[in-house]
Amino acid sequence: MGIYLPIAELSVNIFVLLAMGAAVGFLSGMFGVGGGFLITPLLIFYNIPPAIAVATGANQVIASSFSGALSHVKRGTLDFKLGGVLLAGGIVGSTGGIFVFGFLRRLGQLDLFISLLYVVLLGTVGGLMLVESVNALRATRSGAAPVLKKSGQHNWIHRLPLKMRFRASKLFVSVIPVLGLGAGIGFLSSIMGVGGGFIMVPALIYLLKVPTNVVIGTSLFQIIFTSAYTTLVHATTNQTVDVMLAFLLMAGGVAGAQYGAKAGQRLRGEQLRALLALLVLAVAIRLAIDLFVTPPNLYSLSGVDPT
Amino acid sequence: MAGLRAFLVVASLSLLAVASPGKAQTPVTENIQIGLSTDHVSITAGFSGADLTIFGSLENADPLVARQGRYDIIVVLEGPARPVVVRRKDRVLGIWINLESETFENVPVSYSVATTRPLQDVTDPNSYKQLSLGAANIYMQPADDGDSPATIQEFTAALRERKTATGLYSENVGGVQFLSQNLFRATVRLAPNVPVGTHKARAFLFKSGLFIKESSAQLEIRKSGFEQSIFRVAHDYSFLYGVFAVSLAMLTGWLGRLVFRKD
Repeated sequence: MGIYLPIAELSVNIFVLLAMGAAVGFLSGMFGVGGGFLITPLLIFYNIPPAIAVATGANQVIASSFSGALSHVKRGTLDFKLGGVLLAGGIVGSTGGIFVFGFLRRLGQLDLFISLLYVVLLGTVGGLMLVESVNALRATRSGAAPVLKKSGQHNWIHRLPLKMRFRASKLFVSVIPVLGLGAGIGFLSSIMGVGGGFIMVPALIYLLKVPTNVVIGTSLFQIIFTSAYTTLVHATTNQTVDVMLAFLLMAGGVAGAQYGAKAGQRLRGEQLRALLALLVLAVAIRLAIDLFVTPPNLYSLSGVDPT
Repeated sequence: MAGLRAFLVVASLSLLAVASPGKAQTPVTENIQIGLSTDHVSITAGFSGADLTIFGSLENADPLVARQGRYDIIVVLEGPARPVVVRRKDRVLGIWINLESETFENVPVSYSVATTRPLQDVTDPNSYKQLSLGAANIYMQPADDGDSPATIQEFTAALRERKTATGLYSENVGGVQFLSQNLFRATVRLAPNVPVGTHKARAFLFKSGLFIKESSAQLEIRKSGFEQSIFRVAHDYSFLYGVFAVSLAMLTGWLGRLVFRKD
């Protein structure tokens, strides 16, 4: 069944989109990630213009992170203060990102920049995760106890000034890296249409030493508001948010996430991470191939923006 | 859904009676008329392209010339003109990057032609150029005159090629048919991505390869339906639209949790 997307201005198959949403929802439920980093490339592979894929991806991320954050609020595993500081940085980063987005779009380099950013980021994160999980799998097989990182160990980040106390996270840390991290994620959110959980979670754990139990809730909290802000600004400045597209993805995603979460419980942590790493790498490689393969049309047309 | 069929009917049927061929004692010049029964066509969101039929009449036609098939008609439906950027990808360090670009002012977004016979059989290239008739002869004004003619020529050719490939520029040979000596029907293609706005329908009459007369009419193409309302709201009330998109996402997330409660 075809459906016409009002903003993307093209006809797509409604079931393909629902299935895409469900598949990404399944994976996000299984791995505990938002899924924005999968939705946006998948939409691009499905010939949705990258500018619309990114803005709509940001919109879709709100639904899954809102749903996830609600359960963390209930369980009390959400540090509102830490989330608020991350968010303040996020708003600044996102604003900068939107500006860069519009600028690159006028230059005709937006699509390239989005692809490059995805390849570099997904390649790096996927590669690191794969190495880490394979090492962990090997260690468990040889029977050795996994080496735990000592928490409380201090690094250079903890020597920065302007310290602030975050009670829920049992943390006393400078606001500079927190704001910076928020800004970086906000920037990526507006250019890539991702929530940024796949960077935020490891950064909070390894760089800021936030206790693991509050990391996901806090990250989701920040992602809701950064994505909401990104969606709003994309809607007002670029008019690239397609609600019809976003809604189909959300509907599929919310349903898929529940089954993914159940499937995830049957797999071990290292196995899950190795699978996720392979998935992330596959998306990165697919995007990289498109950059190098001779395109069927060397010439492209675009309208002239009134700006 | 594909079946949009807008019949644009002759406005000048009454003239046919006046111009009956037998009465022509002195050589009168032929005249061509097209009339549109409506000044606008609405296409819905699911529009996947259609044929648009335009009827027209040929007045004071010489029966002998008509019988020999020496009257030719070319009908053009030209979309609104807008500036366009053509970009060319080149390989940099193995990666394909948009490098060179050329901006053209006032390029018709769409250009559909219907003819009685192949264009090259109707008249000579010079006449086409003078009339700037046919996709190959539309003048495309580059925004920057400083570029070398070779570059401009390359990008103009690429622009035409892309437009043809996406179906926005099309040619329908044999799309104009005489229904009788005086009445003809032209079928022009509307691409699925036909632009909204004022389109100009023009009919050119040729007699034995010579241009005789031109007639034109205007047609407004509009989009209608639910999806179009969304598009309009997204552009006219973009902030409210953004708020709506965000609220919808939160609502969906919340409902999803209610329906599939895990904890």
